[in-house]
Amino acid sequence: MGSMSDYLSAAAMIQASYLVTAFLFIMGLKRMSSPVTARSGILWAGAGMLVATLATFFYPGLSNYPLIMIAVVIGGAIAWISGRRVAMTNIPQMIALYNGMGGGAAAAIAAVELYRGGGMSSGGMSSTESTLAVVGGIIGAVSFSGSLIAFGKLQGLIRKSLRFGGQQVLNLLILAGAIACAALIATGIQAGLGAVTALFALSLLLGLSMTLPIGGADMPVVISLYNALTGLAVAFEGFVLGNAAMIIAGTVVGSAGTLLTQLMARAMNRSLGNVLFSGFGDTGGAAAAGAAVSGSLKPIEASDVGVMMAFAQKVIIVPGYGMAVAQAQHKVWELCQLLIDRGVTVRFAIHPVAGRMPGHMNVLLAEAGVPYDLIADLDEINSEFETADVALIIGANDVVNPVARNDKSSPIYGMPILNADKAKNVIVIKRGQGAGFSGIENALFYLDNTRMLYGDGQAAVGQLIAAVKAV
Amino acid sequence: MTGIVALYIFMLAAFTGYEVIAKVPVILHTPLMSGSNFVHGIVLVGAMVALGAATSPLEKSIGFIGVLLAAGNAVGGYAVTERMLEMFKSSGARGAGTRAGKH
Repeated sequence: MGSMSDYLSAAAMIQASYLVTAFLFIMGLKRMSSPVTARSGILWAGAGMLVATLATFFYPGLSNYPLIMIAVVIGGAIAWISGRRVAMTNIPQMIALYNGMGGGAAAAIAAVELYRGGGMSSGGMSSTESTLAVVGGIIGAVSFSGSLIAFGKLQGLIRKSLRFGGQQVLNLLILAGAIACAALIATGIQAGLGAVTALFALSLLLGLSMTLPIGGADMPVVISLYNALTGLAVAFEGFVLGNAAMIIAGTVVGSAGTLLTQLMARAMNRSLGNVLFSGFGDTGGAAAAGAAVSGSLKPIEASDVGVMMAFAQKVIIVPGYGMAVAQAQHKVWELCQLLIDRGVTVRFAIHPVAGRMPGHMNVLLAEAGVPYDLIADLDEINSEFETADVALIIGANDVVNPVARNDKSSPIYGMPILNADKAKNVIVIKRGQGAGFSGIENALFYLDNTRMLYGDGQAAVGQLIAAVKAV
Repeated sequence: MTGIVALYIFMLAAFTGYEVIAKVPVILHTPLMSGSNFVHGIVLVGAMVALGAATSPLEKSIGFIGVLLAAGNAVGGYAVTERMLEMFKSSGARGAGTRAGKH
């Protein structure tokens, strides 16, 4: 039994505060999984982070306080300002960026521990610890450079997808090289500066070369995957440092993130391997295969649509990334309020992968003030399209493309879609006549009950508002 | 902490993460991804310990970068998650206020 002073020692206090942190994190995530309590969830988790950070300042033997303070203040301030200022449409790439930073931090911990372990063999790490340190280091570094590429792609900084023959072979070779370095270090055969540096250089390179060939449309899945990987890297470094808070938080994120990644990949009817290695999902339209679509595009005037919607029983709105680009969500909600005041039933139908992240559309609609109980997901709403008078498609494309149901040659065949084509009238707001993000022709646009309303999303909805008001 | 205890923690935490997320509605997927991104910002405490124990200039430089990045992960993750979740309100809670304001 320890004496009273042991119980009150700094180390015990820190362990106790980490326990509190783990509790607050799990409760916070739990609350974030329901719309009613979600708002308070982040406050719980935030409190947990604060407790752990403050407690760590009392860590026995901790030195370099000025450096720690400067780094926390600079890193925190930059992130706070950027996180507060970023437009809602750009949230996905900011998540990628912050996630990459976490991966980089995990890799940095591994680097510090390994450089120290390599320098002096006495007091070094056990083989288990050094194995976990190198594995966590590889994962963290891959997540770091990969997330930065994902950020660059969504931000529009990297427009091309780098692809060449033998790319997978090259990636495998890089991975093999990194594993070889890791084995040398973990077994202590060659744990010097050179091996450790080579390990991180190869890992960073792997993150780059894995992510560069993946197209923009697949980035949500990739970001989710890297989020899970960062969690795992944090957990591994937690083992090395003997830090239970890091093990628990990192593992929870690792498993939750893996599940989320699977859900997203399934919504697109693709396996994770397919997303990572097939090189589809690009804006270039290299995969624009599939049978040619017959029929013609039939334009319509905004005033006619306004009348149609004003006298409808039920209108279902299907938003997509185009709505986000046009910043049309506020106008869309204004239009809906006019319709609701006229007694029209209005619902929003959200495909799981609409936008650039699952739930991206929900966030934008919430920003505009749309109550979440008007928003339905695919399973809820698909049976309702048959009873809808108007399905208004705004900026969505592949997620309403019926070829996913019936054209086996199409790259999106088998993907669950919103059955917008079952509505009595389908109105598509579209900028021009080109194919969508994935480069696949949309058969919905050519159906007999479909009319095209050409124009910028925001302007077109503005015209619809005027048209409904004029009725 | 012994290895086997660490493994127990790892296993239980993995189940916890899976169960907590399993019941999440699609509308919360992005906020939740962002929230879990914030949670792994706990790497900050590890980075602080690593920098706090660093002695050589090389260790200090890498440790400094580590703390910088980790603080960015934690603070940025909190900022965007809180902004997103702030907007989740039901039509009941939102009330007639915003509606009336537009007319």
